Amino acid sequence: MAGIIEKLGNTDRRIIFVLIALSVIIPISFNLILPNPVGAEPSRDLFDYVDALPEGSNVLVSFDYDPSTMPELQPMAEAVVLHLFKKNVNIVGMALWPQGASLGQDAMSGMADSLGKVQFEDWVNLGYKTGGGVMIVRLGSSVSAVFPTDKDNVPWAEIPMLRNITGLESFSLIISLSAGDPGIIQWVMMAGDRFGVPIGCGCTAVSAPTLYTYLQTGQMVGMLGGLKGAADYETLVGIKGGQAIRGMAPQSVAHIVIMLFIIIGNVAYFSQRKKGGAK
Amino acid sequence: MNWEILGIWLGALVTFCLYSFLYRDNPFYKFAEHLFVGMSAGYWVIYNIENVLIPNWWQKMFPAEGGFSWIWVIPGIFALFMIARIVPKIASFSRLSLGMIIGAGAGLNMVSFFQTNALAQVKGTIFSLASDSVWSVFSSLVLVIGVVSGLVYFFFSKAHTGVVGKTANVGITILMVAFGASFGYTIMARLSLLIGRCQFLLEDWLPTIPRLLGFGG
Repeated sequence: MAGIIEKLGNTDRRIIFVLIALSVIIPISFNLILPNPVGAEPSRDLFDYVDALPEGSNVLVSFDYDPSTMPELQPMAEAVVLHLFKKNVNIVGMALWPQGASLGQDAMSGMADSLGKVQFEDWVNLGYKTGGGVMIVRLGSSVSAVFPTDKDNVPWAEIPMLRNITGLESFSLIISLSAGDPGIIQWVMMAGDRFGVPIGCGCTAVSAPTLYTYLQTGQMVGMLGGLKGAADYETLVGIKGGQAIRGMAPQSVAHIVIMLFIIIGNVAYFSQRKKGGAK
Repeated sequence: MNWEILGIWLGALVTFCLYSFLYRDNPFYKFAEHLFVGMSAGYWVIYNIENVLIPNWWQKMFPAEGGFSWIWVIPGIFALFMIARIVPKIASFSRLSLGMIIGAGAGLNMVSFFQTNALAQVKGTIFSLASDSVWSVFSSLVLVIGVVSGLVYFFFSKAHTGVVGKTANVGITILMVAFGASFGYTIMARLSLLIGRCQFLLEDWLPTIPRLLGFGG
């Protein structure tokens, strides 16, 4: 028995890679979908907050990510945009990351087409602007000064849904879908704490633990953390077999495999230490 | 020529080249790595010229309605100072630009950063005990004990013995739980990227093979 444990402890890392690959490929190939119950979690808080917004409210959605984090953040973007459209809320999209503007366009135009929403009346994409936190402070006093045109150079004055928008106080909620810096922390610092606008966020799983502190203090109304957060929102909005929900089956199977290897590694380590082989 | 299929195949080939590193370092991986670095650098240069320099500087210096706004020459000069670093004789000019960026950043962030990341967090910890439900009070107690014992662990002016040592042990335990949660989330993030790539290969790339061989529609 001790010999087997020792051998397992010295497993070639490439075998582990193959097992992880299989644990992801097999559930995707068989289209395995696991139940995704959503409890009293930050994702439900964000959903409830959006759900309670009155019709005709203005919500700013900032697409602060690029293609490298698409598997986590694009399903979130699509689910959030769908929910906002279903609630008849006006969406003003923008980006703190250059490629976020195009990814936001994909999410908004795709959902708008399927729900019959009209560009410049129900949604607009203002595009990307450099500056991060400094630019957010400027948005606080005048959004049109920062974005005199939309992403495709349509002048502000020609966009009907922007007539009532002045500064950040015109928005009932700001949602930042953020992969890092600049992103959610700048929105909390500059828009939330400085101008008092409620902030919600979707973030990569890597950054989720550091952002929980802003939830506990009430500086954010809700949060979608990683693929699980995206799957939660898809479930709450009612998207059947969404990309994130489908991703949670391989995610869960791979986690089980990793946990098994952690247990095996620890058992092998302590077994060797008992024999005096490891320090 | 079907450009969509070509794009999918290029994406798949580069993905395989990059993942080949998991077996061992090899020329295919090196090729993909250099391709990525080179393309990223070229892309970012053009992107910044098109989306940052032209709309935020050039078009303001030479407005569409005509004329010349001389004030925009100043940021242009500061931008040139930034690249003065590559000429050793005038490298010190870059400090003027850097000083301005750091000064503006520090001035803007000083109050906001302290308010958001220090005052609000301290307030959140202190007032979290004033809650009505038993579970919330318990949860808040864990938070307060965690914060205090975690801080004690990093307090080195007194030897970690007796009560201080036991409190520091609680602190390090809570820190380990926090690191564990962070590690778990990191695994979830990395697996999400792998899942995204696998979904691309299985759902976008694989179906193109029968199409190329003339079996599909």
